[in-house]
Amino acid sequence: MKKLLASSIFFFAYLAMSVSSSAYAQLNIVITEGVDNATPIAVVPFGWEGEGMLPGAISDVINHDLRRSGRFNPMTMSKMPQFPRDISAVNYQQWVDKGINTIVVGKVKDLGNDRYQIDFQLIDTLAGSQLADAPQVLQNGQLVAGQSQLIAGRTLTVTGQDFRQFAHRISDIVYEKLTGQKGAFLTRIAYVVVRDTKTVARPYQLVIADYDGENELALLSSKEPLMSPSWSPDGNKLAYVSFESGKPQIFIQDIYTMSRIKLTDFPGINGAPNFSPDGKQIAMVLSKDGNPDIYIMEIATRKLTRITRHRAIDTEPSWAPNGKELIFSSERGGKPQIYRVNLSNKRIKRLTFEGDMNLGGTITPDGSELVIVNRTNGNYHIARQNLADGAMQVLTTTFLDESPSIAPNGSMIIYSTLHEGTQVLSLVSLDGRFKARLPGVAGQIKAPSWSPFLR
Amino acid sequence: MKTSTSLRSLLIAVPVMTLMACSSGPSETELAAERNRVAAEQAAAQQAAQQANQEQVRMEAAQRLQQAQEMAQQERDSLVSMQTIYFDFDRSTIKSDFYSVLDQHATFLVKNSAQTVVIEGHTDSRGTPEYNIALGERRAQAVETYLLNAGVSAAQISVVSFGEEKPAVAGTSEYAFAQSRRAVVVYK
Repeated sequence: MKKLLASSIFFFAYLAMSVSSSAYAQLNIVITEGVDNATPIAVVPFGWEGEGMLPGAISDVINHDLRRSGRFNPMTMSKMPQFPRDISAVNYQQWVDKGINTIVVGKVKDLGNDRYQIDFQLIDTLAGSQLADAPQVLQNGQLVAGQSQLIAGRTLTVTGQDFRQFAHRISDIVYEKLTGQKGAFLTRIAYVVVRDTKTVARPYQLVIADYDGENELALLSSKEPLMSPSWSPDGNKLAYVSFESGKPQIFIQDIYTMSRIKLTDFPGINGAPNFSPDGKQIAMVLSKDGNPDIYIMEIATRKLTRITRHRAIDTEPSWAPNGKELIFSSERGGKPQIYRVNLSNKRIKRLTFEGDMNLGGTITPDGSELVIVNRTNGNYHIARQNLADGAMQVLTTTFLDESPSIAPNGSMIIYSTLHEGTQVLSLVSLDGRFKARLPGVAGQIKAPSWSPFLR
Repeated sequence: MKTSTSLRSLLIAVPVMTLMACSSGPSETELAAERNRVAAEQAAAQQAAQQANQEQVRMEAAQRLQQAQEMAQQERDSLVSMQTIYFDFDRSTIKSDFYSVLDQHATFLVKNSAQTVVIEGHTDSRGTPEYNIALGERRAQAVETYLLNAGVSAAQISVVSFGEEKPAVAGTSEYAFAQSRRAVVVYK
């Protein structure tokens, strides 16, 4: 038994190494702030009941997910007191003594034909340690109901290629059970990569990847700039701006079939497309009538409705979650600030007043906060402003921050910033406590857009 | 004197006529044909001379045109070497330093009404990409307005903003920023 345990530990250590060194993803992660105030947790390496190698590193994915969420600080394997595969083998006191009140355990069983049974359990070790007969909860393979130390448990059959997805789903369950907020680990990000324009024939690339940078897929490579990707609410399509023809045009592309339609080709700016919450309309910026104003186009009929009419610049439309209002940036008050327009009566209200200027606003999914790019004393930072009391908080300390996009659960903001002369994506939690950088392998990475919940 | 000349021509004409009579004798139709032939030859020669003359004129015109085109090309080349107008941070007003450059573009475009230009607007990387697209367009439009006021036809000018997407110089130095805040007059 001891020998088996030792060999499986070696095996997991090997897997963890190979995953981090192969780096097949475009984006890596460097957490720069916020691990200290995250909740300790332990994700015990999953047991393996089968021949050869475990086909996927489930516990590694869960570890990365939980760490990246900024809410958890997963224990490293070398510090774990034991490696239980299910709740019956857990020694609660050993974990509590290490300061770990919650652990994730699980096992993978080879069913043949690339099918695997995955069991996992989320366990409250503190509650377990307070129950005298805790280790006896598993009887005849059945969990005894009503055990307070078992927070969640699932058994599922998956194929080898679904391992990663399933690991993200476990992370979602763990996150939701422990924070009360839905997890956003089964999501994607879209972004634009710009390689060396002097040496690369098609340096501009529109890319989508899993939220953690894995499973990267280039949707389009172009000689001319690509901008402003924005997800449809079903997560199947992207709207974006392409200069392929030498001028800006708005396209909608299906990320599965890759087919695309050219939505607009007006004289002047065709920019900043943003899907309505019901997916039927796109807010956009057009300058066909002289200077940039906000318009809404019905996708099915191409019917265009003009929303703003002002000689100052109006841009960056973004829908309120209720679909009844848009917020946008406008210079109508002098410097750019964020305004809100009521779509039924077209009434406009200014929302931001702090700093030199505020740009690129988005409302959080719960409708309570405004996320903005704030410029104060010439520095551009991501900030949030409470919509009820107007209190503003600057969240980042990075350089030339732009293009913030909020995770669908409202926990995290992904944005573009400049690090050592290169544009990189970065993460900051909505409370500003967790910060991470996602350095890319090649080129400048910009214009991130976080997908809605997938599936 | 007159008599002797006409006698001499008669003396020549008689043997010719005798010769002709010996063959079959010249009919009126044959004589007319002969006259026509000579006339046609003369006309052809005249036409050839005229054509040659026209060719000469054409060649000279082509040379003149080529010279004009070469001059225009030279003028264009020199304009292309000063096609960039720089702007201050967050501003789209044309600085007076660039009036003479734009005046030269305008003069050339008025003279060469078939020539079209695209005015590209660009910004530095500060601020958001969407705002910078708007600012870049404003800069390009400032140049367009200047050229229109100088008499250039609107049909010769189109405008496109690339915002911060195509910096002239990479990096975040003040120099890179200043080089990137520009409008570029691109000859097509």
